[in-house]
Amino acid sequence: MMGGYGDVQLLNEDGSRLDGRKVDEMRPVSIEAGILPAADGSAKVTHGLNVAVAAVYGPMEAHPRKIQRQDRAVIDVRYNMAPFSTSDRIRPGFNRRSREISKVTAEALESVVLVERYPRSKIRVEIEILAAEAGTRCVGITAAAVALADAGIPMRDMIVGVASGKIEDTVVLDLDKAEDNYGQADLPVGILPNTGEIAFLQMDGDLSPDEYNLAMEYNFKAAKEIHEIMVDALKRRYDGGEA
Amino acid sequence: MSQGQVGAEQRLVTPGMAVGPSTGKRAGSGIIVAEESFIATQLGWLRELNNTVSVDPINAAYMPRSGDLIVGIVAEVRNNLWFMNINGSFQGLLPMSLAPWKVEFGAARQHMDVGDVVLARVQEVDECHNVVLTMKGVGLRRLNQGAVESIPVQHVDRVRGENNVLLQRMRDACDCRIMVGENGRAWIEGSSEGIAWARKAIQQLVREGHSKGFETILNEMENKTKGDA
Repeated sequence: MMGGYGDVQLLNEDGSRLDGRKVDEMRPVSIEAGILPAADGSAKVTHGLNVAVAAVYGPMEAHPRKIQRQDRAVIDVRYNMAPFSTSDRIRPGFNRRSREISKVTAEALESVVLVERYPRSKIRVEIEILAAEAGTRCVGITAAAVALADAGIPMRDMIVGVASGKIEDTVVLDLDKAEDNYGQADLPVGILPNTGEIAFLQMDGDLSPDEYNLAMEYNFKAAKEIHEIMVDALKRRYDGGEA
Repeated sequence: MSQGQVGAEQRLVTPGMAVGPSTGKRAGSGIIVAEESFIATQLGWLRELNNTVSVDPINAAYMPRSGDLIVGIVAEVRNNLWFMNINGSFQGLLPMSLAPWKVEFGAARQHMDVGDVVLARVQEVDECHNVVLTMKGVGLRRLNQGAVESIPVQHVDRVRGENNVLLQRMRDACDCRIMVGENGRAWIEGSSEGIAWARKAIQQLVREGHSKGFETILNEMENKTKGDA
Protein backbone atom coordinates (compact mmCIF):
# COMPACT_ATOMS: atom_id res chain seq x y z
CA MET A 1 0.00 0.00 0.00
CA MET A 2 1.19 3.48 -0.85
CA GLY A 3 1.57 6.02 1.89
CA GLY A 4 3.12 5.47 5.26
CA TYR A 5 3.04 9.19 5.83
CA GLY A 6 0.01 9.25 8.11
CA ASP A 7 0.99 12.53 9.68
CA VAL A 8 1.02 14.46 6.38
CA GLN A 9 -2.17 16.46 6.08
CA LEU A 10 -3.44 16.62 2.48
CA LEU A 11 -6.99 17.84 3.03
CA ASN A 12 -8.09 21.03 4.73
CA GLU A 13 -10.65 20.95 7.51
CA ASP A 14 -13.40 22.07 5.11
CA GLY A 15 -12.70 19.06 2.90
CA SER A 16 -10.89 21.02 0.17
CA ARG A 17 -7.38 20.14 -0.95
CA LEU A 18 -4.21 21.99 -0.07
CA ASP A 19 -4.26 23.97 -3.33
CA GLY A 20 -7.92 24.87 -2.77
CA ARG A 21 -9.39 22.45 -5.31
CA LYS A 22 -12.48 20.38 -4.62
CA VAL A 23 -12.03 16.59 -4.61
CA ASP A 24 -13.45 16.26 -8.12
CA GLU A 25 -11.68 19.31 -9.58
CA MET A 26 -8.94 19.14 -12.16
CA ARG A 27 -5.89 21.37 -12.40
CA PRO A 28 -6.18 23.94 -15.21
CA VAL A 29 -5.38 22.51 -18.65
CA SER A 30 -4.33 24.35 -21.80
CA ILE A 31 -3.29 22.83 -25.13
CA GLU A 32 -1.60 24.25 -28.20
CA ALA A 33 -1.33 22.27 -31.44
CA GLY A 34 1.31 22.55 -34.15
CA ILE A 35 4.07 24.29 -32.20
CA LEU A 36 7.07 22.60 -33.87
CA PRO A 37 7.56 23.44 -37.56
CA ALA A 38 9.99 20.57 -38.22
CA ALA A 39 7.64 17.86 -36.96
CA ASP A 40 4.78 16.36 -38.98
CA GLY A 41 2.54 17.02 -35.98
CA SER A 42 3.13 18.49 -32.54
CA ALA A 43 1.42 19.71 -29.41
CA LYS A 44 2.16 21.34 -26.10
CA VAL A 45 0.03 20.50 -23.07
CA THR A 46 0.11 22.47 -19.82
CA HIS A 47 -1.69 20.64 -17.02
CA GLY A 48 -1.27 22.39 -13.70
CA LEU A 49 2.48 22.84 -13.41
CA ASN A 50 3.18 19.98 -15.86
CA VAL A 51 4.38 20.97 -19.30
CA ALA A 52 4.70 18.31 -22.01
CA VAL A 53 5.66 18.71 -25.66
CA ALA A 54 4.95 15.90 -28.13
CA ALA A 55 6.23 15.61 -31.71
CA VAL A 56 5.14 13.05 -34.31
CA TYR A 57 7.20 12.02 -37.34
CA GLY A 58 6.08 9.65 -40.07
CA PRO A 59 4.75 7.23 -41.10
CA MET A 60 8.22 6.29 -42.32
CA GLU A 61 10.02 3.08 -43.21
CA ALA A 62 10.66 1.16 -39.98
CA HIS A 63 14.35 0.82 -39.15
CA PRO A 64 15.98 -1.46 -38.11
CA ARG A 65 14.17 -3.94 -40.32
CA LYS A 66 13.69 -6.45 -37.52
CA ILE A 67 11.07 -4.15 -35.94
CA GLN A 68 8.98 -4.05 -39.13
CA ARG A 69 5.58 -5.72 -39.10
CA GLN A 70 4.34 -6.90 -42.50
CA ASP A 71 0.71 -6.13 -41.72
CA ARG A 72 0.86 -2.93 -39.69
CA ALA A 73 2.87 0.03 -38.51
CA VAL A 74 4.76 0.10 -35.24
CA ILE A 75 4.54 3.08 -32.94
CA ASP A 76 7.88 4.06 -31.49
CA VAL A 77 7.40 6.23 -28.41
CA ARG A 78 10.21 7.96 -26.57
CA TYR A 79 9.10 9.54 -23.29
CA ASN A 80 11.75 11.65 -21.64
CA MET A 81 11.87 14.02 -18.71
CA ALA A 82 14.14 17.01 -19.20
CA PRO A 83 16.94 17.25 -16.62
CA PHE A 84 15.48 20.56 -15.41
CA SER A 85 11.86 19.32 -15.19
CA THR A 86 11.97 18.61 -11.44
CA SER A 87 13.57 20.27 -8.43
CA ASP A 88 16.23 17.54 -8.31
CA ARG A 89 18.19 17.33 -11.56
CA ILE A 90 17.36 14.18 -13.55
CA ARG A 91 20.26 12.39 -15.18
CA PRO A 92 19.74 12.73 -18.97
CA GLY A 93 18.90 9.67 -21.01
CA PHE A 94 16.69 6.62 -20.74
CA ASN A 95 16.05 5.04 -17.37
CA ARG A 96 13.82 2.25 -16.13
CA ARG A 97 10.87 4.57 -15.55
CA SER A 98 11.02 6.29 -18.93
CA ARG A 99 11.29 2.91 -20.70
CA GLU A 100 8.22 1.66 -18.90
CA ILE A 101 6.20 4.78 -19.67
CA SER A 102 7.34 4.72 -23.32
CA LYS A 103 6.17 1.12 -23.60
CA VAL A 104 2.74 1.60 -22.02
CA THR A 105 2.19 4.80 -24.01
CA ALA A 106 3.07 3.02 -27.28
CA GLU A 107 0.67 0.19 -26.47
CA ALA A 108 -2.10 2.65 -25.59
CA LEU A 109 -1.59 4.58 -28.84
CA GLU A 110 -1.41 1.39 -30.94
CA SER A 111 -4.94 0.55 -29.82
CA VAL A 112 -6.35 3.77 -31.31
CA VAL A 113 -4.16 4.45 -34.36
CA LEU A 114 -5.25 2.60 -37.52
CA VAL A 115 -1.86 0.92 -37.74
CA GLU A 116 -3.01 -1.57 -40.39
CA ARG A 117 -3.05 1.29 -42.94
CA TYR A 118 0.75 1.50 -42.90
CA PRO A 119 2.41 -1.93 -43.13
CA ARG A 120 6.17 -2.06 -42.49
CA SER A 121 6.11 1.54 -41.32
CA LYS A 122 7.00 3.31 -38.13
CA ILE A 123 5.32 6.29 -36.52
CA ARG A 124 7.75 8.05 -34.19
CA VAL A 125 6.31 9.85 -31.18
CA GLU A 126 8.63 11.94 -29.02
CA ILE A 127 7.29 13.12 -25.66
CA GLU A 128 9.41 15.56 -23.72
CA ILE A 129 8.40 16.60 -20.22
CA LEU A 130 9.66 20.12 -19.67
CA ALA A 131 8.16 20.58 -16.21
CA ALA A 132 6.87 17.84 -13.93
CA GLU A 133 4.35 17.99 -11.11
CA ALA A 134 2.77 14.49 -10.89
CA GLY A 135 0.79 12.84 -13.67
CA THR A 136 3.33 13.34 -16.45
CA ARG A 137 2.50 10.05 -18.20
CA CYS A 138 -1.12 11.19 -18.57
CA VAL A 139 -0.07 14.62 -19.83
CA GLY A 140 2.33 12.94 -22.26
CA ILE A 141 -0.42 10.70 -23.65
CA THR A 142 -2.75 13.66 -24.13
CA ALA A 143 0.01 15.62 -25.90
CA ALA A 144 0.81 12.61 -28.11
CA ALA A 145 -2.85 12.24 -29.12
CA VAL A 146 -3.12 15.88 -30.21
CA ALA A 147 0.22 15.65 -32.06
CA LEU A 148 -0.92 12.48 -33.88
CA ALA A 149 -4.14 14.19 -34.95
CA ASP A 150 -2.14 17.25 -36.05
CA ALA A 151 0.10 14.96 -38.14
CA GLY A 152 -2.93 13.54 -39.98
CA ILE A 153 -2.46 10.02 -38.60
CA PRO A 154 -5.80 8.16 -38.82
CA MET A 155 -7.18 7.18 -35.40
CA ARG A 156 -10.41 5.70 -34.04
CA ASP A 157 -10.47 8.34 -31.31
CA MET A 158 -8.20 10.78 -29.51
CA ILE A 159 -6.98 9.16 -26.32
CA VAL A 160 -6.99 11.27 -23.17
CA GLY A 161 -4.72 10.62 -20.18
CA VAL A 162 -6.24 11.35 -16.75
CA ALA A 163 -5.61 10.18 -13.19
CA SER A 164 -7.47 9.90 -9.92
CA GLY A 165 -6.25 8.69 -6.56
CA LYS A 166 -6.86 8.43 -2.85
CA ILE A 167 -5.63 10.73 -0.11
CA GLU A 168 -6.61 10.52 3.53
CA ASP A 169 -9.17 7.81 2.61
CA THR A 170 -10.83 10.22 0.16
CA VAL A 171 -10.97 9.66 -3.59
CA VAL A 172 -9.75 12.73 -5.48
CA LEU A 173 -9.29 13.67 -9.13
CA ASP A 174 -5.96 14.64 -10.64
CA LEU A 175 -3.31 14.30 -7.92
CA ASP A 176 -0.73 17.04 -7.53
CA LYS A 177 2.84 16.44 -6.37
CA ALA A 178 2.20 16.28 -2.62
CA GLU A 179 -0.89 14.09 -3.10
CA ASP A 180 1.05 11.78 -5.42
CA ASN A 181 3.97 11.47 -3.00
CA TYR A 182 2.03 11.11 0.24
CA GLY A 183 -1.31 9.73 -0.99
CA GLN A 184 -2.66 6.20 -0.68
CA ALA A 185 -3.40 5.32 -4.31
CA ASP A 186 -2.96 6.56 -7.89
CA LEU A 187 -5.05 5.42 -10.88
CA PRO A 188 -3.82 6.79 -14.24
CA VAL A 189 -6.06 5.85 -17.16
CA GLY A 190 -6.11 6.37 -20.93
CA ILE A 191 -9.70 6.93 -22.01
CA LEU A 192 -11.31 7.12 -25.45
CA PRO A 193 -13.95 9.74 -24.69
CA ASN A 194 -16.23 9.12 -27.67
CA THR A 195 -16.59 5.38 -27.14
CA GLY A 196 -15.95 5.25 -23.39
CA GLU A 197 -13.27 2.58 -23.87
CA ILE A 198 -10.13 2.32 -21.76
CA ALA A 199 -6.86 2.03 -23.67
CA PHE A 200 -4.56 1.80 -20.68
CA LEU A 201 -4.88 1.55 -16.94
CA GLN A 202 -2.35 1.36 -14.15
CA MET A 203 -2.88 1.38 -10.41
CA ASP A 204 -0.48 2.10 -7.60
CA GLY A 205 -1.79 1.49 -4.06
CA ASP A 206 -5.12 0.03 -3.00
CA LEU A 207 -8.69 1.06 -3.78
CA SER A 208 -11.86 -0.70 -2.69
CA PRO A 209 -14.38 -1.51 -5.49
CA ASP A 210 -16.49 1.50 -4.50
CA GLU A 211 -13.46 3.78 -4.42
CA TYR A 212 -12.34 2.41 -7.78
CA ASN A 213 -15.77 3.11 -9.30
CA LEU A 214 -15.76 6.65 -7.93
CA ALA A 215 -12.20 7.24 -9.21
CA MET A 216 -13.22 6.02 -12.67
CA GLU A 217 -16.28 8.25 -12.60
CA TYR A 218 -14.01 11.22 -11.89
CA ASN A 219 -11.62 10.08 -14.64
CA PHE A 220 -14.37 9.83 -17.28
CA LYS A 221 -15.72 13.26 -16.32
CA ALA A 222 -12.23 14.79 -16.58
CA ALA A 223 -11.55 12.99 -19.87
CA LYS A 224 -14.60 14.64 -21.46
CA GLU A 225 -13.41 18.07 -20.31
CA ILE A 226 -9.85 17.54 -21.56
CA HIS A 227 -11.14 16.14 -24.85
CA GLU A 228 -13.06 19.35 -25.48
CA ILE A 229 -9.88 21.34 -24.86
CA MET A 230 -8.00 19.05 -27.30
CA VAL A 231 -10.62 19.58 -30.02
CA ASP A 232 -10.59 23.33 -29.37
CA ALA A 233 -6.79 23.41 -29.73
CA LEU A 234 -6.98 21.72 -33.16
CA LYS A 235 -9.85 23.93 -34.29
CA ARG A 236 -8.01 27.06 -33.16
CA ARG A 237 -5.02 26.04 -35.23
CA TYR A 238 -6.85 25.29 -38.45
CA ASP A 239 -10.28 26.84 -38.21
CA GLY A 240 -9.28 30.08 -36.53
CA GLY A 241 -11.92 29.70 -33.84
CA GLU A 242 -13.47 27.64 -31.10
CA ALA A 243 -15.47 24.48 -31.70
CA MET B 1 -23.91 16.43 -43.13
CA SER B 2 -24.09 18.84 -45.98
CA GLN B 3 -20.76 20.42 -45.14
CA GLY B 4 -18.21 20.29 -47.85
CA GLN B 5 -20.78 20.75 -50.59
CA VAL B 6 -20.63 23.72 -52.86
CA GLY B 7 -21.89 26.81 -51.07
CA ALA B 8 -22.04 25.14 -47.66
CA GLU B 9 -19.78 26.17 -44.81
CA GLN B 10 -17.01 23.64 -44.31
CA ARG B 11 -16.88 21.73 -41.05
CA LEU B 12 -13.63 20.73 -39.37
CA VAL B 13 -13.73 17.26 -37.84
CA THR B 14 -11.28 15.55 -35.48
CA PRO B 15 -10.49 11.84 -35.05
CA GLY B 16 -13.26 9.99 -33.22
CA MET B 17 -15.92 12.60 -33.95
CA ALA B 18 -19.35 11.21 -34.94
CA VAL B 19 -20.32 12.94 -38.18
CA GLY B 20 -23.78 11.48 -38.79
CA PRO B 21 -25.75 8.30 -39.42
CA SER B 22 -24.39 5.84 -41.97
CA THR B 23 -27.74 4.74 -43.40
CA GLY B 24 -27.99 5.17 -47.14
CA LYS B 25 -24.54 6.66 -47.54
CA ARG B 26 -21.09 5.32 -48.27
CA ALA B 27 -17.98 5.84 -46.16
CA GLY B 28 -15.15 7.48 -48.08
CA SER B 29 -11.55 8.09 -47.06
CA GLY B 30 -11.03 9.21 -43.48
CA ILE B 31 -14.34 7.71 -42.32
CA ILE B 32 -15.13 4.45 -40.53
CA VAL B 33 -18.54 3.03 -39.65
CA ALA B 34 -19.30 2.14 -36.03
CA GLU B 35 -22.78 1.20 -34.84
CA GLU B 36 -24.53 2.70 -37.88
CA SER B 37 -22.71 5.97 -37.44
CA PHE B 38 -19.91 7.58 -39.43
CA ILE B 39 -16.81 8.34 -37.38
CA ALA B 40 -14.04 10.62 -38.66
CA THR B 41 -10.56 9.14 -38.34
CA GLN B 42 -8.52 12.13 -39.42
CA LEU B 43 -8.31 15.82 -38.74
CA GLY B 44 -9.77 17.55 -41.77
CA TRP B 45 -12.74 19.04 -43.58
CA LEU B 46 -15.87 16.96 -43.93
CA ARG B 47 -17.01 16.45 -47.49
CA GLU B 48 -20.14 14.83 -48.90
CA LEU B 49 -20.13 14.17 -52.59
CA ASN B 50 -22.16 11.68 -54.66
CA ASN B 51 -23.63 10.15 -51.50
CA THR B 52 -20.14 9.46 -50.14
CA VAL B 53 -19.00 11.04 -46.90
CA SER B 54 -15.24 11.58 -46.58
CA VAL B 55 -12.67 13.74 -44.86
CA ASP B 56 -10.27 16.01 -46.75
CA PRO B 57 -7.29 15.70 -44.40
CA ILE B 58 -5.41 18.81 -43.28
CA ASN B 59 -2.16 16.85 -43.12
CA ALA B 60 -1.52 13.61 -44.92
CA ALA B 61 1.38 11.41 -45.95
CA TYR B 62 1.80 10.50 -49.63
CA MET B 63 0.51 6.99 -50.30
CA PRO B 64 1.74 5.91 -53.76
CA ARG B 65 -0.73 4.41 -56.20
CA SER B 66 -0.08 2.73 -59.49
CA GLY B 67 -0.02 5.27 -62.33
CA ASP B 68 0.87 8.31 -60.19
CA LEU B 69 3.11 10.90 -61.85
CA ILE B 70 5.79 11.80 -59.31
CA VAL B 71 8.85 13.99 -58.96
CA GLY B 72 11.54 11.79 -57.39
CA ILE B 73 15.02 12.49 -56.09
CA VAL B 74 17.71 9.83 -56.45
CA ALA B 75 18.64 8.66 -52.95
CA GLU B 76 20.83 5.61 -53.66
CA VAL B 77 22.42 4.04 -56.69
CA ARG B 78 23.19 0.33 -57.09
CA ASN B 79 24.72 -1.56 -60.00
CA ASN B 80 21.40 -2.12 -61.74
CA LEU B 81 18.85 0.14 -60.04
CA TRP B 82 18.17 3.46 -58.37
CA PHE B 83 16.34 4.13 -55.11
CA MET B 84 14.25 7.29 -55.25
CA ASN B 85 12.98 9.50 -52.50
CA ILE B 86 9.36 9.91 -53.52
CA ASN B 87 8.25 11.91 -50.46
CA GLY B 88 6.49 8.85 -49.05
CA SER B 89 7.05 6.41 -46.22
CA PHE B 90 9.16 4.20 -48.48
CA GLN B 91 11.66 4.75 -51.23
CA GLY B 92 10.69 3.91 -54.80
CA LEU B 93 12.79 1.51 -56.82
CA LEU B 94 13.67 2.23 -60.44
CA PRO B 95 15.24 -0.84 -62.13
CA MET B 96 17.52 -0.21 -65.10
CA SER B 97 15.08 -2.13 -67.30
CA LEU B 98 12.51 0.64 -66.71
CA ALA B 99 14.94 3.52 -67.29
CA PRO B 100 14.69 5.42 -70.59
CA TRP B 101 18.28 4.59 -71.53
CA LYS B 102 20.13 1.38 -72.32
CA VAL B 103 22.10 0.91 -69.13
CA GLU B 104 25.02 -1.48 -68.76
CA PHE B 105 25.22 -3.42 -65.50
CA GLY B 106 27.35 -1.34 -63.13
CA ALA B 107 26.96 1.87 -65.12
CA ALA B 108 23.79 3.19 -63.47
CA ARG B 109 25.67 6.08 -61.86
CA GLN B 110 26.73 7.39 -65.29
CA HIS B 111 23.09 8.12 -66.12
CA MET B 112 21.78 9.33 -62.77
CA ASP B 113 23.53 10.02 -59.49
CA VAL B 114 22.42 10.79 -55.95
CA GLY B 115 20.53 14.10 -55.83
CA ASP B 116 19.32 14.05 -59.43
CA VAL B 117 15.65 14.86 -59.91
CA VAL B 118 13.42 12.85 -62.22
CA LEU B 119 9.90 12.85 -63.51
CA ALA B 120 8.67 9.27 -63.21
CA ARG B 121 5.51 7.25 -62.90
CA VAL B 122 4.57 4.64 -60.28
CA GLN B 123 4.52 1.30 -62.12
CA GLU B 124 3.44 -0.92 -59.26
CA VAL B 125 2.76 -0.88 -55.52
CA ASP B 126 2.31 -4.13 -53.65
CA GLU B 127 0.51 -4.74 -50.37
CA CYS B 128 3.78 -4.35 -48.44
CA HIS B 129 4.33 -0.85 -49.88
CA ASN B 130 7.13 -1.88 -52.24
CA VAL B 131 7.06 0.80 -54.95
CA VAL B 132 8.41 0.21 -58.45
CA LEU B 133 8.86 3.24 -60.67
CA THR B 134 9.17 3.59 -64.41
CA MET B 135 10.66 6.24 -66.65
CA LYS B 136 9.40 4.64 -69.84
CA GLY B 137 6.62 6.88 -71.07
CA VAL B 138 5.95 10.17 -72.79
CA GLY B 139 7.56 13.09 -70.96
CA LEU B 140 9.23 11.01 -68.27
CA ARG B 141 12.84 12.11 -67.96
CA ARG B 142 15.63 13.39 -65.82
CA LEU B 143 15.05 17.05 -64.90
CA ASN B 144 18.24 18.97 -65.54
CA GLN B 145 16.99 22.52 -65.00
CA GLY B 146 14.44 24.36 -62.93
CA ALA B 147 13.42 24.23 -59.29
CA VAL B 148 11.49 21.82 -57.11
CA GLU B 149 8.93 23.17 -54.64
CA SER B 150 7.10 21.13 -52.03
CA ILE B 151 3.32 21.13 -51.86
CA PRO B 152 1.45 19.40 -49.02
CA VAL B 153 -0.01 16.24 -50.55
CA GLN B 154 -3.55 17.21 -49.56
CA HIS B 155 -3.22 20.46 -51.56
CA VAL B 156 -2.07 18.86 -54.85
CA ASP B 157 -5.58 18.65 -56.30
CA ARG B 158 -6.29 22.23 -55.25
CA VAL B 159 -3.18 23.49 -57.07
CA ARG B 160 -4.30 21.74 -60.23
CA GLY B 161 -7.96 22.71 -60.07
CA GLU B 162 -10.62 21.00 -62.10
CA ASN B 163 -9.18 19.83 -65.44
CA ASN B 164 -5.86 21.51 -64.52
CA VAL B 165 -7.46 24.94 -64.95
CA LEU B 166 -5.67 26.59 -62.03
CA LEU B 167 -2.34 24.97 -62.88
CA GLN B 168 -2.61 26.28 -66.45
CA ARG B 169 -3.47 29.73 -65.11
CA MET B 170 -0.38 29.67 -62.91
CA ARG B 171 1.74 28.54 -65.89
CA ASP B 172 0.39 31.44 -67.97
CA ALA B 173 0.81 33.98 -65.17
CA CYS B 174 4.47 33.20 -64.51
CA ASP B 175 5.36 31.99 -68.02
CA CYS B 176 6.97 28.79 -66.67
CA ARG B 177 6.71 25.09 -67.32
CA ILE B 178 5.21 23.51 -64.22
CA MET B 179 4.65 19.82 -63.51
CA VAL B 180 2.87 18.90 -60.30
CA GLY B 181 3.58 15.37 -59.05
CA GLU B 182 1.03 13.43 -57.03
CA ASN B 183 3.69 13.08 -54.34
CA GLY B 184 3.58 16.73 -53.34
CA ARG B 185 6.46 18.07 -55.41
CA ALA B 186 6.19 20.60 -58.20
CA TRP B 187 8.87 21.11 -60.83
CA ILE B 188 9.06 24.66 -62.15
CA GLU B 189 11.21 25.77 -65.08
CA GLY B 190 11.45 29.23 -66.57
CA SER B 191 12.89 32.66 -65.82
CA SER B 192 14.08 33.26 -62.27
CA GLU B 193 11.30 35.84 -61.78
CA GLY B 194 8.70 33.37 -63.03
CA ILE B 195 10.00 30.62 -60.74
CA ALA B 196 9.97 33.03 -57.78
CA TRP B 197 6.36 34.01 -58.59
CA ALA B 198 5.19 30.40 -58.79
CA ARG B 199 7.01 29.47 -55.57
CA LYS B 200 5.43 32.40 -53.79
CA ALA B 201 1.96 31.33 -54.94
CA ILE B 202 2.55 27.77 -53.75
CA GLN B 203 4.01 28.91 -50.42
CA GLN B 204 1.00 31.15 -49.88
CA LEU B 205 -1.25 28.15 -50.50
CA VAL B 206 0.70 26.15 -47.93
CA ARG B 207 0.29 28.93 -45.35
CA GLU B 208 -3.30 29.94 -46.04
CA GLY B 209 -4.67 26.97 -47.99
CA HIS B 210 -6.89 25.73 -45.17
CA SER B 211 -8.89 28.95 -45.23
CA LYS B 212 -8.51 30.18 -48.83
CA GLY B 213 -8.92 28.57 -52.24
CA PHE B 214 -5.98 28.53 -54.65
CA GLU B 215 -8.04 30.54 -57.14
CA THR B 216 -8.41 33.35 -54.58
CA ILE B 217 -4.67 33.28 -53.93
CA LEU B 218 -3.91 33.45 -57.67
CA ASN B 219 -6.38 36.35 -58.08
CA GLU B 220 -4.71 38.25 -55.24
CA MET B 221 -1.23 37.64 -56.63
CA GLU B 222 -2.23 38.61 -60.17
CA ASN B 223 -3.88 41.82 -58.92
CA LYS B 224 -0.78 42.62 -56.87
CA THR B 225 1.48 42.01 -59.89
CA LYS B 226 -0.70 44.29 -62.04
CA GLY B 227 -0.67 46.92 -59.27
CA ASP B 228 3.12 46.79 -59.02
CA ALA B 229 3.42 47.14 -62.81
